[in-house]
Amino acid sequence: MIETARGRAVGPAPPLRRRGPDLIRYIRTHQTRLTPVLLLAPAILTMLFVVAMPLAFSLWTSLTPYRLTRPETIETFIGLRNYIRLFQDEDFWAAFGRTILFLAIALNVEFLLGLCIALLINKITWGQRMLRTIMMFPMMFSPILVGFQFKFIFNDNIGILNNALQSLGITDQAIAWLVDGRLAMFSIIFAEVWMSTSVFAILLLAGLFAMPRDPIEAARVDGCNPWQVFRHITLPFLMPFAFIAMTIRSLDVARAYDIVAVMTDGGPAGRTELLWTMIARTGYENARMGQANAMAYISTILSIAFTYYFFTKLVAARRYMGGAE
Amino acid sequence: MSSISLKKVAKSYGRLEVVHGIDLDIAHNEFVVLVGPSGCGKSTTLRMIAGLEEITEGEIHIGDRLVNDLPPRKRNISMVFQNYALYPHMNVRDNLGFGLKIAGQPQEVVDERVREAAAILGISELMDRIPAELSGGQRQRVAMGRAIIRDPEAFLFDEPLSNLDAKLRVQMRTEIKKLHHKVKTTVVYVTHDQVEAMTLADRIVIMKDGHIEQVGTPMEVFNHPVNTFVASFIGSPPMNLVPATVAGGQIVLSDETRMPVPRRLASYTHDGMAVIVGIRPDDMTPVGHGIHDSGETANLSLTVELAELLGTETLIYTRLAGQEVQGKMFDPRDVHEGERLPFRVALDKLHLFDAASGRSVRAT
Ligand SMILES: Nc1ncnc2c1ncn2[C@@H]1O[C@H](COP(=O)(O)OP(=O)(O)O)[C@@H](O)[C@H]1O
Ligand SMILES: [Mg+2]
Repeated sequence: MIETARGRAVGPAPPLRRRGPDLIRYIRTHQTRLTPVLLLAPAILTMLFVVAMPLAFSLWTSLTPYRLTRPETIETFIGLRNYIRLFQDEDFWAAFGRTILFLAIALNVEFLLGLCIALLINKITWGQRMLRTIMMFPMMFSPILVGFQFKFIFNDNIGILNNALQSLGITDQAIAWLVDGRLAMFSIIFAEVWMSTSVFAILLLAGLFAMPRDPIEAARVDGCNPWQVFRHITLPFLMPFAFIAMTIRSLDVARAYDIVAVMTDGGPAGRTELLWTMIARTGYENARMGQANAMAYISTILSIAFTYYFFTKLVAARRYMGGAE
Repeated sequence: MSSISLKKVAKSYGRLEVVHGIDLDIAHNEFVVLVGPSGCGKSTTLRMIAGLEEITEGEIHIGDRLVNDLPPRKRNISMVFQNYALYPHMNVRDNLGFGLKIAGQPQEVVDERVREAAAILGISELMDRIPAELSGGQRQRVAMGRAIIRDPEAFLFDEPLSNLDAKLRVQMRTEIKKLHHKVKTTVVYVTHDQVEAMTLADRIVIMKDGHIEQVGTPMEVFNHPVNTFVASFIGSPPMNLVPATVAGGQIVLSDETRMPVPRRLASYTHDGMAVIVGIRPDDMTPVGHGIHDSGETANLSLTVELAELLGTETLIYTRLAGQEVQGKMFDPRDVHEGERLPFRVALDKLHLFDAASGRSVRAT
């Protein structure tokens, strides 16, 4: 035993003695074991109904030749035949690649535009609140309405875009915005970017507001010109915010359906066909739900891959966020 | 490594002027400490030297260059910030080397200098950590490493130790002093802590409300404060200040306590002059516990109100002419509340200030 300044340091504590009849102890221990299960039951049930069951159902149907018009087909098990057929289907892979391209372009453009907007709004001191509110307007519309709106803007006969271009004398013939394959893709991305750039702008602006001033001043003293300060200090600090936006948006864009369905419905000749328009067509118009669900499974994996990628980036970037002070 | 000079430098935020035309010349390789209560404009002054704040009026020269319109990066100075201001997303190595990299130094040079600086500050094992993974003291070292790694004209420190705990603060203070001996360069150091100022400075600049009150070596400002503000700000515990009048070669306190006007101050005073007497606690000790009667002294009899034991000395709170004052008892014995003790005052260390202006009678 050791004597210390604060008194005597004792050896191991004597064992606590349990009291009371065994029955009470039994109930008490079992009660505590059951409580978490009971408390979590609503959540577990909800998850079962909302997520697990549809998932299991669609997985099963993707293994059958299920047609909406012939319900009994759901009972025929055909193994992976739907998937094998998909792997040989060029149209599917074209849509798959197009979806990735669409995602990549839309996210990058939205990020760059959002960054510019956030930087500009951060600079001004007057009317900042109002601009922040105005910036959110495009998010208030349903994607279907946005699709209709742009369908009319880009319409080759009556659209105001062609109308404006012709009145200004920039072109003398109608440009077939939604008919030419490339232009149609451009138009859709344009609508998508118009609608959702503010997601980036808002999150990046939040990042700019949270940005500590000190490292910026330190960098200026350390010899940086304004561009270098932005490149080496501000931008790395903003990246976690960009990754949050990308995570949200990659889920959004990967299931982009409404705008495309309204503006081109995958046309012309399938050249704006994205995964979800193709899936919807296969499932509902052609009624081949089994095949459609197989496609949906593959595109879900694509979504998860994108989300996971941005999420790991986010986690990596967040590690240093606490060290700013 | 350059001199820095401020000429009539003023700073206004909108219509509010916070620094009022200060003049200051800092010599090559000098360690100058700006000290003053919080809000007196120390940081603002330092940041004007760094180029982080516009100079509203006046001129700042670093070396022989007028720097008023130069951005910070062209001034070639290093700065250590109060909250360290490390780059949160870079590890220690990159934090240290960032300035050199921006300056376009080749990678070998950067690596070499980073190694050197890390060795000087004892942070070589931390190179791969990011700031979030460092303790306050370690961050402080990295911040200093980042400052010394370049070869700047001057170092600027803005309260670099105020976020550390007391023990670490004392330790880092010593290290900064050593560092200055090792890396000879001009330093402007801002603090609100007069002990830090006294221990570090070649010269102290005492500021108040955007004005410079006094500039001098630590001994000068301690022994010859120009006014009551400096007198009470420098030294701990602070100097006792008691109003009095001069009559017939005597200082007369409000309760008719009298002591002779010190010989060295006699020529600065005249009969009927309203003064403030300044006595440091060290210069007012119980008889036999500090001041010997060899010098010019006066005797008082005072009642102990409270005694604070500090070990080697005891701080005695008492009352002089109705005002709370402190004395010190060296080589202490036990004293108790209400005890009446004979005190001896060292007159040769006594200060007299003009009651109206607060300025030392020697200065007016
Ligand atoms: N950006 C600013 N805008 C307006 N007033 C400021 C600003 N920065 C500092 N001040 C004021 O200037 C004065 C001096 O501040 P500062 O130099 O930070 O004091 P300190 O001596 O504590 O470092 C304070 O009164 C402060 O309120
Ligand atoms: Mg300050």
